[in-house]
Formats: sequence, structure tokens, C-alpha cells
Amino acid sequence: MLVVDISGLNKSFSRDKRALNNVSLQVREGEMVALIGASGSGKSTLIRHIAGLLRGDRDGGKIEVFGEVIQQNGRIARGARKVRADIGVVFQQFNLVSRLTVLTNVLTGMLGRVPAWRGSLCLFTKAERMRAMTALKRVGIDSHATKKARNLSGGQQQRAAIARTITQGARLILADEPIASLDPASSRKVMNTLDRVNREDNVTVIVSLHQVDYARDYCARTIAMRDGAVVFDGPSTELTPEFLRELYGEYSSELFASAPDDVPAKSRVAEKDLAFVSS
Amino acid sequence: MNSSLSTSAVTAAELPPRDLKRSGASFLLWAFILAILALSWEGADMRPMALIENSGNMVDFADGFFPPDFLMWKTYVSEMWITIQIAIWGTALAIVCSIPFGILCSENIVPFWVYQPVRRLMDSFRAINEMVFAMLFVVAVGLGPFAGVLALWIHTTGVLAKLFSEAVEAIDPEPVEGIRATGANGLQEVIFGVIPQVLPLWISYSLYRFESNVRSATVLGIVGAGGIGMVLWEYIRAFYYAETAAVMIIIILSVSLLDVISQRLRKLVT
Repeated sequence: MLVVDISGLNKSFSRDKRALNNVSLQVREGEMVALIGASGSGKSTLIRHIAGLLRGDRDGGKIEVFGEVIQQNGRIARGARKVRADIGVVFQQFNLVSRLTVLTNVLTGMLGRVPAWRGSLCLFTKAERMRAMTALKRVGIDSHATKKARNLSGGQQQRAAIARTITQGARLILADEPIASLDPASSRKVMNTLDRVNREDNVTVIVSLHQVDYARDYCARTIAMRDGAVVFDGPSTELTPEFLRELYGEYSSELFASAPDDVPAKSRVAEKDLAFVSS
Repeated sequence: MNSSLSTSAVTAAELPPRDLKRSGASFLLWAFILAILALSWEGADMRPMALIENSGNMVDFADGFFPPDFLMWKTYVSEMWITIQIAIWGTALAIVCSIPFGILCSENIVPFWVYQPVRRLMDSFRAINEMVFAMLFVVAVGLGPFAGVLALWIHTTGVLAKLFSEAVEAIDPEPVEGIRATGANGLQEVIFGVIPQVLPLWISYSLYRFESNVRSATVLGIVGAGGIGMVLWEYIRAFYYAETAAVMIIIILSVSLLDVISQRLRKLVT
């Protein structure tokens, strides 16, 4: 079953520069796809379009999620809010409401599913609260449920954000640079959590990443972007450093934060092993 | 070695050249300010000599205030309490109305064809002084504190809605996007994404307005809208200066006390 189906999507923020350039791609159910590329290559923009948070140009581009149109020809579809309830979004800056408790933040995942008046008054049933607590337990931070979100570490906040998408019952998780502002240990925990949700619940995951290492370790398929266009879409195993350097040219050093260009291949491997030990 | 290096660096340093453009501009600014003050002298009927010439009269006048006459203090205190109650209700009703109006004034929440007319409405609430509203409401609902409550309500709604919307426009948009992404509706985005962020500021603004409403309410009585102002006005008109002094002392004490309490509360929330 097709989960995401994008065809001919363009987006221009200003007249001369295209943030997205004729993007067409499909993602099937149960896939875990990495989206890589340098800063400004359009990864976040693409993810925000799929979530219906940004509108594309009015030149015929179309995004369908679970077979329902979410936006077409630069207009958010009427049913977008309903589709959004099936899409969980995880952001780089976590986007939790810092003054609310972790549990309330996770419960907001239910807002698209419960009657509007009940959600607005924050009246959640015991079963719904249990569902949120179960999600927190799964990501391993149930002991922090009553703390305010801002009192958690970055990694814990990101796992709370994932718990929000679990509570939401999302069948597609869009993670926009979820580990870009985290330390290596927290990054692993967050990626492991996404990986578990993907394997155990058969939730489709699209995750944009800055580091190619993580893409290779966690995702079978990688989509690479440059200047708003998809320049690679295939198995992550085909992502050799030489291939990436060819693909990204002068930007390759940015993609390989852990492996500078001038280091010979052999010592680069050793360095990467070290990185694993330390994380 | 090191010290000689640093000395030579100091001698090499030079004062920046005088910026003629900047000093010219500041000269013009001062000339402008002085010109405005001079032009307004006539219109404001400034007669500093009158203060000296009439100093004898003023001493006699001030003498009338002492000692203050607290014989009727029970009335003063109960009228002051009414004044505070007017401020409490006027502020409370204004807060309730300012929440929706404040959100409808915020350009990051609603489109311009909503916030522009609502902002203009709030401007008009704010532009008219409480005293003017009080006079109108005295005609509409009769003499007494209720007219004062209505006057404070309207004026304070105009002020608080503006302050509330400024807080809303300064929020971090990311948590709101997080809520939107769960499939929440627009109202829920505001309830869960916006209000938790602005609540401490809103509480602080509301308490501040309560302080100034107590001060405003002390004069509302002059136009017949109840409270201690009514007593004050009666005494001034009848030349009962000793009693006037007593009433003024009661007002100063209660306003200062409420200011202190509200300031403490405001520190607690922010």
C-alpha cells in the first residue's frame, strides 16, 4: 500500500530560488526511509509539505497520504486535518509546549481523535490517559510524566514527542532532523525508539538526517536531496563515501561530520568504530 | 617582552574621529525639544512667579488640611472598600473579554481582515478615558458603583486586549505547529499551544491593570459612579479640608498596600 505519493511538487520561497524542484516519490507501508542532504537542500521543507504545514507552488504538484489528497496545486485539501491525525510529526526542536506537563503534551496527540469540545477542555478519559502513559513507558520516560516538559533533557523531550505520535496512533511518522540537536547517546536512543515503532507497530517512518552514518545504520532506503531536487533514491547500502562525494561535490564534508575528506579510507573506518564505542 | 608589546599596542591606539553627522543630529534633536517646550509655554499658562507671589495664601490653604480629621473614618474605609470592589469587578470582566479580543487582535493567529477591525474597536475602547465612560454610564444605569464597574470594564478591555495580543505575537511558533501536526483544530491550537506560553505574562498584565484600576476608581465617584471619590468630591466642594486630608491619606494607604501585594503576586508568576 502506498503511504506517501508525491508528484511534481515545486516550492519557491522567492522568485529566483526553488526550495523544492519537481519532487516525485513514493513511500510504501512499513518502510523506514532516510532523507539526507546538506543544510538548505530541502529536507525540512519536503517534510513540512507532506504534513500539510506548508503549501507548494500552484503548478500542479500533488501530495497524497494514505490515498487521501493532503494538498494539490498549492492548496491544502479540505480533509487535511483528518489525514493529519494519522501523521505524527517529530521536529528538530521537539515542539513540545514547555510549560505543560509531559503527560499533557503526550495527550495532545489525542486531539485529532476525540470530540472537539472534550479535547478543548482537556477532558481525557482514563483509558486515554492510560494510552498516553503506556506510550511514555514504551519510550522509557514514564517516570517523568508529571514533570513540565522544559525540565527534561533534549533526548527525553524528543522521546516524549515520539510518545505523542504513538498516542496519536500515527500510521506515518515524519521526523524532521530529530537528532540534530542531541548528543550521540541521546541520538541513538531516539533512533532506536523510532526503529522500534517502525518494526513493532508497522508504522512508516520518514526521517531526515544530517549524518549519513545514521541513515545507513537504521534505514534500508535513503533519499538524497540537493538544491530541492531528489538526486538519489535507493538502498542505503549503495551509499559509499565516494558515491556521496560525487553526488554532493563541495558539500560532502558537511555530510560527513565524522569523516573529513583528507583522511584516508582506512583510518576513517577506525574513527567511526571509535565513535560507536563512545556513544 | 610581553609588557613592551602591550604598551606599544596602547600608544598605537587612537581615539575614533568625531562623528560630525551624529553630533549634528543630536544638536538638532535638542533644539527641537527646546522649541516645543518654548512654544507650549504660552498655551499652558506657565506662571512660575504666581507660586511665589501667592505663597502666603498657599500656606494658609495648606494649614486647613492639618490636622486631618478622622472622625468619620468608618465611612471612609467602607467607601474605599467599595472603590476596591469596583476595581475588582471592572478588571475581572475586562480580563474575561480581553482573552478572546486579545487573540482576535494577534496577527500571527488570525487574518488581517479579523485583527484590523478588532484592533480599531479596542483602540476606541482605550481612547476614551474611564471618566468619560463613567459619565455616560451614570446616565444609562443611574448613579452608583455599577456605572463605575461598566466604565472600567470597557476601558480596561481595550488596554488588556492590546497587551494580551502583544504577548501572543511574541510566542514561539514551534510548539503551536507541534499541536497542529496532531490534527488539532484552530481553537485547540490556541488552548494548548498559545495560552500556556502567554499565561504568566497575561496574569502579570492583569494584576498591573488591577493596580491602576484601583487608582482610577478613586476618582470615578466625582462623576457619580460610586466609591470614595464621591466622598472626596463632596468635601472639596464644601471646603472641608481636614476631612479631605483624612480621605486622601486613606486612599494613599490602600493604593500603596494593594500595589505592594500585587507586585509580590506578579513576581511569583513570572
